[in-house]
Amino acid sequence: MSALFKVSSNPHIRSKVTTNGIMLAVIAALMPATGFGIYNFGPRALAVILVTIASTVLTEFLFGLYKKKLTVTDLSAVVTGLLLALNLPVTIPLWMAALGGVFAILVVKMLFGGLGQNFMNPALAARCFLLISFPTAMTAFSCDAFTGATPLAALKAGEQVNIMDMVIGRTGGTIGETSVIALIIGACVLILLGVIDLRIPGSYILTFVLFTGIFGGHGFDPAFLSAQLAGGGLMLGAFFMATDYVTRPITIKGQYLFGIFLGIMTGIFRIFGPGAEGVSYAIILGNLLVPLMEKVTRPTAFGYRKGGRRHAK
Amino acid sequence: MAKLTFVGGIHPYDGKDLSKDKPIQDILPKGELVYPLSQHIGAPAKAIVEKGERVLAGQKIAESGGFVSAPVYASVSGTVKAIEPRRVVTGDLIMSIVVENDEMYEDVGFYPSAPLEKLSREEIIDIIREAGIVGMGGAGFPTHVKLSPRDPQKIEYVIANCAECEPYLTSDYRRMLEEPEKLIGGLKIILKLFDNAQGILAVEDNKPDCISLLRQLTKDEPGISVKALKTKYPQGGERQLIYATTGRKINSTMLPADVGCVVNNVDTIVAVYRAVMEGRPLIERIVTVTGDAVTSPRNFRVRIGMSYQEILDAAGGFRVTPEKIICGGPMMGFGMFDLNVPTTKTSTALLGLSRDDVSAMEPGPCINCGRCVEVCPGRVIPSRLADYAERFDEEAFLENHGMECCECGCCSFVCPAKRPLTQEIKSMRKLQLAKKKK
Repeated sequence: MSALFKVSSNPHIRSKVTTNGIMLAVIAALMPATGFGIYNFGPRALAVILVTIASTVLTEFLFGLYKKKLTVTDLSAVVTGLLLALNLPVTIPLWMAALGGVFAILVVKMLFGGLGQNFMNPALAARCFLLISFPTAMTAFSCDAFTGATPLAALKAGEQVNIMDMVIGRTGGTIGETSVIALIIGACVLILLGVIDLRIPGSYILTFVLFTGIFGGHGFDPAFLSAQLAGGGLMLGAFFMATDYVTRPITIKGQYLFGIFLGIMTGIFRIFGPGAEGVSYAIILGNLLVPLMEKVTRPTAFGYRKGGRRHAK
Repeated sequence: MAKLTFVGGIHPYDGKDLSKDKPIQDILPKGELVYPLSQHIGAPAKAIVEKGERVLAGQKIAESGGFVSAPVYASVSGTVKAIEPRRVVTGDLIMSIVVENDEMYEDVGFYPSAPLEKLSREEIIDIIREAGIVGMGGAGFPTHVKLSPRDPQKIEYVIANCAECEPYLTSDYRRMLEEPEKLIGGLKIILKLFDNAQGILAVEDNKPDCISLLRQLTKDEPGISVKALKTKYPQGGERQLIYATTGRKINSTMLPADVGCVVNNVDTIVAVYRAVMEGRPLIERIVTVTGDAVTSPRNFRVRIGMSYQEILDAAGGFRVTPEKIICGGPMMGFGMFDLNVPTTKTSTALLGLSRDDVSAMEPGPCINCGRCVEVCPGRVIPSRLADYAERFDEEAFLENHGMECCECGCCSFVCPAKRPLTQEIKSMRKLQLAKKKK
């Protein structure tokens, strides 16, 4: 018999979409926000971004060496590092940023089994870790145009905010959260590339608007609501963090449920909590409830009645 | 209500342009022909010829091994050389009748048993059974069994599966363009079996020429309608087709007859026509030879039993070294290890690809992206089922409707981590089905 041909189980063709491609798309989509952050906060922002990414990539690389399984090439560590950096204030000491990167990759991701196994968004978990450990450094926001409080904090204190500045991003805040326009451009890229869809961001933002309108004490005042929407990293959270594949429900109905939950939690934290923000904690909390959300939204298999149990036979 | 589509599915590169404009070409085999006794679902056929015996084309060489079984016919004249196990496409060794072709192509003479009007329901089904007709779209389920539901009065739709949703395949397309009257005639014969049924020709809308031709030819047939379905793989899957044409849903534990439907593929219906109207048993079929590695892609009318090597040679062999050779379409076909295996009643295509996506792409960890969930026509969670299968968690697999997988391959196709999801689920399903049988 001549040389045998390759065999494998069907199907024999694969789509061109790869994990690396998705990670690259996310990195590309974050570029407008990253660029604006550097423009807005100056070169130190670039230093924070580079240090954080170096820290996440190096941590994953070293862990890979230890485990003899190099996974750093999948680019997910770069995404985590970049997202974490965009969630940090520009004035943060660089060692803190690096520590955050180590925490995100080592504790939140690799110790739970690496890519796909973590149950919390690594970047957000690291941000919360830093926020609790070093509250002063993490909330020292400054910017040429706006020193001191973030627009949301000002809003909570009853001051007037300039919505136009918030949409463009010329305000205080973390490196990547301030420019709504830059974030929306990135989100559009991801949606057009089919990397994310509007299920989670849509239900999140809609629920948040309804909740804030009803319980926020300002009714459906457009100025107040748009300030709430534009501030506090809601856009960054809704489009780039809540949509993280690994830590959101895989079921379609579960994704809507997840978005609604995040909207309500963010509303509660912002209106009733001591701080002005709540996106990070809402998403982290939502991450923890994902298994339950998946359980209650298990899809009905084709040809079965709603809630149909498996066939008796 | 007809939905004309279904939820889920994918749009892979369809490759049909390679061969869709190539008219069906007859090719005659040389050398030996191999007839596996098991070319269908059910009991293997029993050989009724002996070594050394001369046989004619159209002569029965093996009879049904039971109710769910089908006889096998010689497709050429020649001498029975051996009755021995031979390798088939799947790699299995199957008892087969080997006929040395004398290249005279002498046949037994084909005559219809009686005019259609004089045939009773039972007689028609008998003819179909005797002709050895099985589902020629790939499954190989004996057609006479499909056409004998418990209560024929309850069948409301006879659906002709003209979707041909598998990428690259064009044999049904050519058949519809070149012999539409046989397809319609066959459908009318099947409709005679069911008093309350109407016929549906379900064609994907990427074949507008077929749709208008069939509409033209059936405009005076009140009992037959042509439905243009949205082009999407796996539109030709039985459950998806029934849903798209009638809005009815069946799951893996049900038969189409449970919702008043009977589904047959184009080639099968034409085989019914030829058996009833011309008295011809099933000895030929249309096979598409295509793929970017094939010199000149073609559609051939082949004698069942000839080797794949021979039909490949008729298409000029390979242009470049193929990385992967597939029997059938790229989504549900079998990877072939060798071309010296026989074509059977269920051989739809021979596909030579210069690139093998599967070996070119290393599987990585699941990132939970949910693409498999979006495309799964069975509405299950493929990535989780594959996990359960890998861990051998039978209970979780069954609890989460693992048996509802139709093995269409959409999940593996879209997976960005290139995980072999379909394969994992398929292995577990096979095991569970085997267990159930015991």
